[in-house]
Amino acid sequence: MSGAAVTVYVPGDASACSLGANATARALEAEAAKRGKAVRVVRNGSRGLYWLEPLVEVVTPAGRVAYGTVTAGEVPKLLDAGLLEGGAHALRLGDIGTHPYLASQQRLTGARLGIVDPASLEDYVANGGYAGLAAALAMKPADIVKAVTDSGLRGRGGAAFPTGIKWQTVHDQPVAQKYIACNADEGDSGTFSDRMLMEGDPFSLIEGMTIAGIAVGATQGYIYLRVEYPHAARALAKAIKAARDGGYLGADVRGSGKRFELAVRLGAGAYICGEETSMLESLEGRRGEVRVRPPLPAIKGLFGQPTVVNNVVTLCSVPVVLARGAQFYKDFGVGRSRGTIPLQLAGNIKHGGLVERAFGLTVKELIYDYGGGSASGRPVRAVQIGGPLGAYLPASEFDTPLEYEALAAKSALLGHGGVVVFDDRVDMARMARYALEFCAVESCGKCTPCRIGSTRGVELMDRIIAARAGANGHQAAHDTDMALLDELCDTMFNGSLCGLGGLTPFPVRSAVRHFREDFQRAN
Amino acid sequence: MNTEAEKIRRCVAAAVQKFAGEPGPLLEILHAIQDELGFVPADAVPQLADALNLSRAEVHGVISFYHHFREHAPGRYVVQLCRAEACQSMNAKALEEYVRGKLRLNFGETTPDGRITLEPVYCLGNCACAPALMVNGELHGRVTPEKFGELAKEWGVFA
Repeated sequence: MSGAAVTVYVPGDASACSLGANATARALEAEAAKRGKAVRVVRNGSRGLYWLEPLVEVVTPAGRVAYGTVTAGEVPKLLDAGLLEGGAHALRLGDIGTHPYLASQQRLTGARLGIVDPASLEDYVANGGYAGLAAALAMKPADIVKAVTDSGLRGRGGAAFPTGIKWQTVHDQPVAQKYIACNADEGDSGTFSDRMLMEGDPFSLIEGMTIAGIAVGATQGYIYLRVEYPHAARALAKAIKAARDGGYLGADVRGSGKRFELAVRLGAGAYICGEETSMLESLEGRRGEVRVRPPLPAIKGLFGQPTVVNNVVTLCSVPVVLARGAQFYKDFGVGRSRGTIPLQLAGNIKHGGLVERAFGLTVKELIYDYGGGSASGRPVRAVQIGGPLGAYLPASEFDTPLEYEALAAKSALLGHGGVVVFDDRVDMARMARYALEFCAVESCGKCTPCRIGSTRGVELMDRIIAARAGANGHQAAHDTDMALLDELCDTMFNGSLCGLGGLTPFPVRSAVRHFREDFQRAN
Repeated sequence: MNTEAEKIRRCVAAAVQKFAGEPGPLLEILHAIQDELGFVPADAVPQLADALNLSRAEVHGVISFYHHFREHAPGRYVVQLCRAEACQSMNAKALEEYVRGKLRLNFGETTPDGRITLEPVYCLGNCACAPALMVNGELHGRVTPEKFGELAKEWGVFA
């Protein structure tokens, strides 16, 4: 070995690993050793430009130089081309921060994604981490809550409830034991921002939860993490240990005399546990059946105690609010959608990934300016926004801005910010059927509209799809089925206990409304 | 004493001992058992009920509620294929048919030689690199029939 070790970043992000990043990292170490070069491979998070993964970055005296897509097979040639010195090669991308996809983003919540070593507390602190906690510790708890309220931050998990108001309710409960429960059960198809943050910048979640605990007087936090995210589980375990060892968690957080403990609890593959009351049941070790509200979790939540339930992105946004001030955060966004939203561009898309911007970007800008259109090269026919309970929008609606109120006006929802793109081969009747099938698979079974309605809906859709092929009786029977489908949606929407049964009509009805031709009977 | 029954008994006792001090520990205990044995055997139910002061129905109810917990031993390779929308937009349906044909399995089934179990999964968070599947906790993205064929070779499945 000669000279000081060169630092090379190879993402340990689950998606990057799914494209071969582990093999790339192993190849880099082996091939560098063969050449007598010392390298230090750091497994960072992903920058969120997934079509370039595995994206390798080399630290040179002139800054970080990126190469992508670097598969293990490319490594020997890249090393021969002088990768460790930032040498020229067809895959060389230069400073990835200046890539238009990234340079035009407004990364507040995901500011450190792909930049820091997620396992290093020192790296986190050196890159602005724990500035929010430091500010919070110098404030009265009520003022922390006020800052969050003033920032306009609303729950990023889907319900968009004002975070500060929720915190205020918990803060005001005169009870000794309160909890912070982080909903990390990111089950919506098309979403992965929680995963990216937990894998790529886990300390920001820990910091956000610690601030929440100090603000409302909670001494224990739980992260309810879906079992499908083993990479995130490992990253969180490392970070929690480092935070505890560094005095950022425990009986005396940074010498403040305040206690905050944190534990990760794994879910077990139930989509419904992303619903907050079902998640609390699951955290208590029971079937994830939805609770009837009231009482709200903020008053009677985990183990019957006042509980803040927030999503990962929400909690990861809190440190920025405290570190840079409520006004700074509020200055981003439009209308009542303040701050930034990490949008996730997924499905049939050329340049899929994470796009964090102030609210207000249009669907068109997202899928064409960032996404570059469909991966298949065919026309984009539909997008589904906000996961399996989100509405489908046709191309004629792509001017809709991605913010809460504008989408609500279109009978759509932003949900957790996932946008799934479909090309012109999509069969919207099949997608409507799938929405109902998914609801049937994942229903907790507590309320009838969801448990039975979803199954009846699948049967109805099977008849409608059969009629489409000319298999079923008369036009009149088909018309009756379509009317029945609408009535069923009405019952599920109005009669379900929670969002699973209540919002399944969104994808179904939007498919019928915008893509009626896919539901028509053959003549 | 039957060694298999004894193994289960010990595993359950160890999991209970590890987590019983925590509030609401049943899911944690079930995870520990499944991580160790690959599934949660029926024999574990009465022991868990007894240890946690729950009814057998309550314990069984929790096990059966969650898709993740298995009541039978899985194959050596557990293949979880994503069926959600983002993967569908990238032809997951065709991949699903290919996989089922190749493995000659329906969802929830295990090959007769106990080698492979096929399970459906609804989102692995790999939606920008669809279609996705997970094998024994290892995630794979942009899976094509060819790529699946390569993986299957590693599990000893050919043709």
